[in-house]
Amino acid sequence: MSRLKEIHGPRAWVVVGVVGLSLALLPFFGLPAHLVPLFGKFLCFGIAALAMDLVWGYGGILSLGHGLFFALGGYGMGMYLMRSIEGEGVYRSALPDFMVFLDWKQLPWYWHGFEHFGFAVAMAVLVPGVLALVFGWFAFRSRIRGVYFSIVTQALTYAATLLFFQNAAGFGGNNGLTDFKRILGWPLHDPGTRAALYVASAIALVATYILCRYVVTSRLGRVLTAVRDAELKTRFCGYESTHYKLFVWTLSAMLCGLAGALYVPQVGIINPSEMQPANSIEMAIWVAVGGRGSLVGAVIGAWIVAGGKSWLTNTIPSAWLYVLGGLFVVVTLFLPRGLVGLIPKLRLALAAVLRRRAGPAV
Amino acid sequence: MSANPVAVPDEAHPKAPDTARNPLVLWVEDLSVSFDGFKALTDVSLELEQGELRCLIGPNGAGKTTLMDVITGKTRPEKGGVFLDRRDVDLTKLSECRIAELGVGRKFQRPTVFNGHTVYENCELALRGRKGVWSALFTRRSAGERARIAEVLEIIGLEDQAKREAGLLSHGQKQWLEIGMLLAQDPKVLLVDEPVAGMTHAEMERTAALLRGLAGKHTIVVVEHDMEFVRSIARRVTVLHEGKVLADGPMAQIQQDPRVVEVYLGE
Repeated sequence: MSRLKEIHGPRAWVVVGVVGLSLALLPFFGLPAHLVPLFGKFLCFGIAALAMDLVWGYGGILSLGHGLFFALGGYGMGMYLMRSIEGEGVYRSALPDFMVFLDWKQLPWYWHGFEHFGFAVAMAVLVPGVLALVFGWFAFRSRIRGVYFSIVTQALTYAATLLFFQNAAGFGGNNGLTDFKRILGWPLHDPGTRAALYVASAIALVATYILCRYVVTSRLGRVLTAVRDAELKTRFCGYESTHYKLFVWTLSAMLCGLAGALYVPQVGIINPSEMQPANSIEMAIWVAVGGRGSLVGAVIGAWIVAGGKSWLTNTIPSAWLYVLGGLFVVVTLFLPRGLVGLIPKLRLALAAVLRRRAGPAV
Repeated sequence: MSANPVAVPDEAHPKAPDTARNPLVLWVEDLSVSFDGFKALTDVSLELEQGELRCLIGPNGAGKTTLMDVITGKTRPEKGGVFLDRRDVDLTKLSECRIAELGVGRKFQRPTVFNGHTVYENCELALRGRKGVWSALFTRRSAGERARIAEVLEIIGLEDQAKREAGLLSHGQKQWLEIGMLLAQDPKVLLVDEPVAGMTHAEMERTAALLRGLAGKHTIVVVEHDMEFVRSIARRVTVLHEGKVLADGPMAQIQQDPRVVEVYLGE
């Protein structure tokens, strides 16, 4: 029980509960049906932002490849959704349409098992995890850090993009996986299914948040920030710092995979453009804007940036990239702790104003 | 002959000198180190008794830091050995991590603490115990650990700073915290490199009191330039000069030694 108190104080728990519950219940209290998938998408971005903050804000490891883990999770779910189309596609075949189009006669071996929902979800989390574990093991063991690590992750996601673009890779080439019909038997276009997916995403977001809080408030979290600040010293204190980095890196990739798996049924498509290097960079911007090392800030940053993107690309499409770039510059120069870092400053300013008001009366 | 305190421990049983001496904790035998032909250390021998507070002094380039480096495994010697507790544990064959684990703690010249963590958390991170990922994720501060942290904070006199971020401490406080972090590891031997460099006079006095208080319970080697400080803490002093042990004995005796006066104290 007292471990719960370490995760959050009683008041903060109430806030988490109230915010989580109102997020989850939004579709039943006035959120227009056509906006439900969009908001669901934002919830998934929130999970990815938490994963990013865990590894960057607390571990000091700037990943520019988290878009890959996100997309791999998405492909895992996409493969299940493709399999569950089952003969309702354009060609009325048991194989996914793109395979028929390529004149393939049977399912590639790695598509087996994805007809089961549970298997697909497990793969959506485990494949990014195993990839991150192997990649991280080599990278951290070779003491690759800082900007070099970031560049290698960027190269990794770029290489994966090129691979997934190939038709022969068996993931639908540049069209990716789409035209999904149903999930667990429920039609995807049905408002009820959409609301259910939204609620599932909200629950996953809150659960991820609590998990991340658990990690950062444990001794592991304290060792992790110590590794971020003074890695050599942690080694002198007897900690194998590479193990700590590997742990948080792998956990983060798995959470990102989960986010991707929830994202795909709500947007209805997954293709290699999700892995593009720019997407991973955008994830880093979410966290930078919101504030590193605060978890809540990462989620807020993701919502502001992704929300701004949705809005601006509809109204003035050409302006978005300038706004994004400008935002990044402004935050880097003036808000090193992100938007969340403003809160204590504002509180102080407010207190000063109140004191001045109260001043003459005294 | 066997009563000679500078004698190399005898083969049969190093812990059995005939006088009322404490058992040896760490001893260095005939250590030689050279870098590209430059002899940094030549046939250096040193013995540390349980609970001793030893000062290691000498002019720049005398080999003090090299000796520390060999003991902690950072530098490998050409010849000789370093033994901890037992004759069959030769530290010169072990890795830095392993030596730290066996109980040799070292404080470097520049204070390095975890600036983003509180004083309390700094001590917690340094505690002796399991350091693996899974135990760090699931185990919580035990009552024993909390007691040990409180004890360490009291020894270094930073109880009232426990919740403060270490980055906000003064230079002297950081040095004490680092000594506290070494204590939290429960080392058999503490090697302390220039603990009072950059300290104010008051801080220096407090550091001297701290080290004197630790002597007896812990075995400590202090490398220091500041003679006033050495005088204030030392019982026994070893003088290194050009990679050799020039003199070894009580502070009063060392101060009278004409050779020592010539190379070091006289300057």
